[in-house]
Formats: sequence, structure tokens, C-alpha cells
Amino acid sequence: MSMINYASREINCKLVYYGPGLGGKTTNLEHIYGKVSPNTRGKMISLATETERTLFFDFLPVDLGTIRGFKTRFHLYTVPGQVYYNASRKLILKGVDGIVFVADSQLERMEANVESMQNLYDNMAEYGYDLTKIPFVIQYNKRDLPNAAPIKDLQAAINPGWPIEDATQQKATPDAAHPGESLVERVGGEWIGRAPYHEAVAVRGDGVFDTLKAVSKLVLKTLS
Amino acid sequence: MTGAASWSFSENDFKQIQAHLQGFLRDSSARCALLVDRTGQLVATVGETPHFDPTAFASLTAADFSANDQLAKMIGEAEFASLVHQGEKESMYLADIAKRVILVVLFDQRATLGLVKLKAKAVVENLNKVFEEMFNRVGTGPAQQKGLLEGAEDEIDKLFG
Ligand SMILES: Nc1nc2c(ncn2[C@@H]2O[C@H](COP(=O)(O)OP(=O)(O)O)[C@@H](O)[C@H]2O)c(=O)[nH]1
Ligand SMILES: [Mg+2]
Repeated sequence: MSMINYASREINCKLVYYGPGLGGKTTNLEHIYGKVSPNTRGKMISLATETERTLFFDFLPVDLGTIRGFKTRFHLYTVPGQVYYNASRKLILKGVDGIVFVADSQLERMEANVESMQNLYDNMAEYGYDLTKIPFVIQYNKRDLPNAAPIKDLQAAINPGWPIEDATQQKATPDAAHPGESLVERVGGEWIGRAPYHEAVAVRGDGVFDTLKAVSKLVLKTLS
Repeated sequence: MTGAASWSFSENDFKQIQAHLQGFLRDSSARCALLVDRTGQLVATVGETPHFDPTAFASLTAADFSANDQLAKMIGEAEFASLVHQGEKESMYLADIAKRVILVVLFDQRATLGLVKLKAKAVVENLNKVFEEMFNRVGTGPAQQKGLLEGAEDEIDKLFG
């Protein structure tokens, strides 16, 4: 739920990093925290267990610049990945403006990714939000590992596409980040849309800012 | 609704809210009052400037309130309209405003919980009215904010390189 404060000239938006446990959500925030200047970010809050697993959420506010005289403040949240924390996960989604799904590229995490994606869709639906209509970006993380699945397999399993019924949205849209691929295309007689994706190695910071910028841009564009 | 709702408030709304909260602080001897929206964003701070990070405080407040909301439902209550956290020296009182915003009152030994609760009742009623009117006037749907950054696509692209 973006909140526009005309008194302090701020646009506040909420981004949630979602995905299976140990996929690298907290690592994304830690990298951002370490890289942005302390003047443009707040404190990072982590509600974690003693073993450093996210218990409720991690939180990091960052300013990404000024547009039309409004400071753009993004509140980044991660959710706990473990299945049994669904109640907390759902709370964090309340009023979300944009979502990053951090998928774990490792072959053996394929099923966990798919389950988490389904859980995201269901939790959003319970709030009456349609995942296919809000700013949404997928990050394929851990690309450095030898057991990382090929992108095309990950796409087929996690981002197979959803039907686009709205005629105004039915126009071929190439994926600027991946030449030869599409975000919206006609397959057989049907139009389908997919979430944009980015590859990442969050421990090294590769792809972390690309992902953040991509989703933030989509969020700000919903205001234009 | 397909996406999250958004909302905005004007400088005039802001002044009204501040005036109500200032009156409340005077009457209750509380130190400071904060308004936090349910998604964890700080809306306003009145009174003594808190010496903690207010942004982090706001996100934790919203999480605290939402978690308690769910706990209320589990034990068969529709909601806990207010919460109290009592410390040795510093305490806080939280109350729901119009189901969208949380009033957080920080107070110390100069005030008593009884007085804070009593005075909060009136300010909550007044703020309920202010916010409900505001939401009726500006709406809270996603479409309401459209246009704020109209034509700023280039600027957005430039900001993100
Ligand atoms: N090899 C590798 N390990 C990663 C990468 N990103 C995160 N990790 C590791 O994966 C583990 C879980 O990361 P974490 O951020 O806590 O996952 P979360 O549960 O999604 O928050 C940690 O040990 C990280 O160091 C990556 O890109 N490559
Ligand atoms: Mg985590």
C-alpha cells in the first residue's frame, strides 16, 4: 500500500522478498544494507532465531532517489521460508506494493520453490490481491552452485506463465533483459504473461541491485 | 481489487491530526504519540522526539499489532482494540484507528496508565472521524494515486539507470 505524504513529500512503498527457506532472501537485504550509503538507508531489523533463521521478518528501509520532488522510500521485508511460519508470512504481505520471489536454483530445491510460489499466490489471493497484476519479479539465486538447474527448467517450473484475458494487455512484449525471450507472447491461440526474472549470486551481490531496481521501477510506474 | 490499496493525506489533514495529538499529550502527560499505518509506515510523530529509529519502530509496531490481531481471533475475540506494554520506567499504549492506522503512545512515570487510557479514548474517537472522512474523500483504492507521477516514466527510468 503505497503511502503518499504530501506534508513531508515522501512516497513510501512496501516490497516483500518471498521464497523458500534458505533461498537467499536475508542475504539480498544484507547486501543492500552493506552497499548503500548510511544516509539513504535506515537500520536493518532482523527478527531471527538464535540460529539466524528468519523468525518473523527482516526489515530494511532505503531511499532510492527523488522523483517530482518526492523522496521515494522503499521498505524492504523478507518473510520466514519455513512452511510452519505461514501465519507470520501472511501478515507481512499486508499492503504489499511489489514482490521479489527469491528462488533457490539448486536442483533439489525445485519442489520447495514451486510450493513457495503456490503459497505466495494463495496468501495474496486471501487478501484479494492478484499476483499477476502487481509488480512482481523473480530472482534465480545461487547461480554459482554446480547443482544449479538450467534457467529454462526453472522458468518452466516456477514461471510457466499465466493466461492474459484483458485484450488491452495482449501485445507481444519482449523481455529487455533477455534477448529472444518475451514477457507477453502468444502461444498457440493463447496470450500468456510471465514475471520478469534476474539471475543472482546474492552472497557476492551479483544481481541483487538489478532485482531491486526492476521491482522498484515497476512499483513507481503504477503511480504514473 | 487486484493490487494493494494506497492512500495519501494532505498538509491540512496532517495539521488536524497534529492538533488532536498535541491536545492529547497535554491532557495525559504522555511523552510522545506516533501514528503508524497497518503496513508499518510512520504517518506522524508528535511530542518529544523519540531517540530511537522511528522507521524501525513503526515496522515493529505494525507487526506487533497484526500478530496480536491474529492471537485475538484464535481465542475467539474479533480484535484487541488496544494493547499495553508496561516497562519499569517506560511504557507504551497502542490503539486501533479506523482499522487502518495505529496510535502509539509512549509514556513514563509522569503519566499513569489509567489517565493515558482515559484520554486516549477521546483522541481515538476524534482521529477515527478524521481518518474516516479522509478515506471517504480521497478513497483508498489503487486508482487514486494514479497520475501523481504521470509523465514521469523517463525520470523513473533515469533514476534506475
Ligand atoms: N552459494 C551460494 N550461497 C548463497 C547464495 N545466497 C545465499 N546463500 C547462502 O544460503 C544460506 C541461506 O541464505 P538466507 O539469506 O539466510 O536465506 P533465506 O532463508 O531465504 O533468508 C546462507 O548460508 C547464505 O550464505 C548464493 O548466491 N550462492
Ligand atoms: Mg531469512
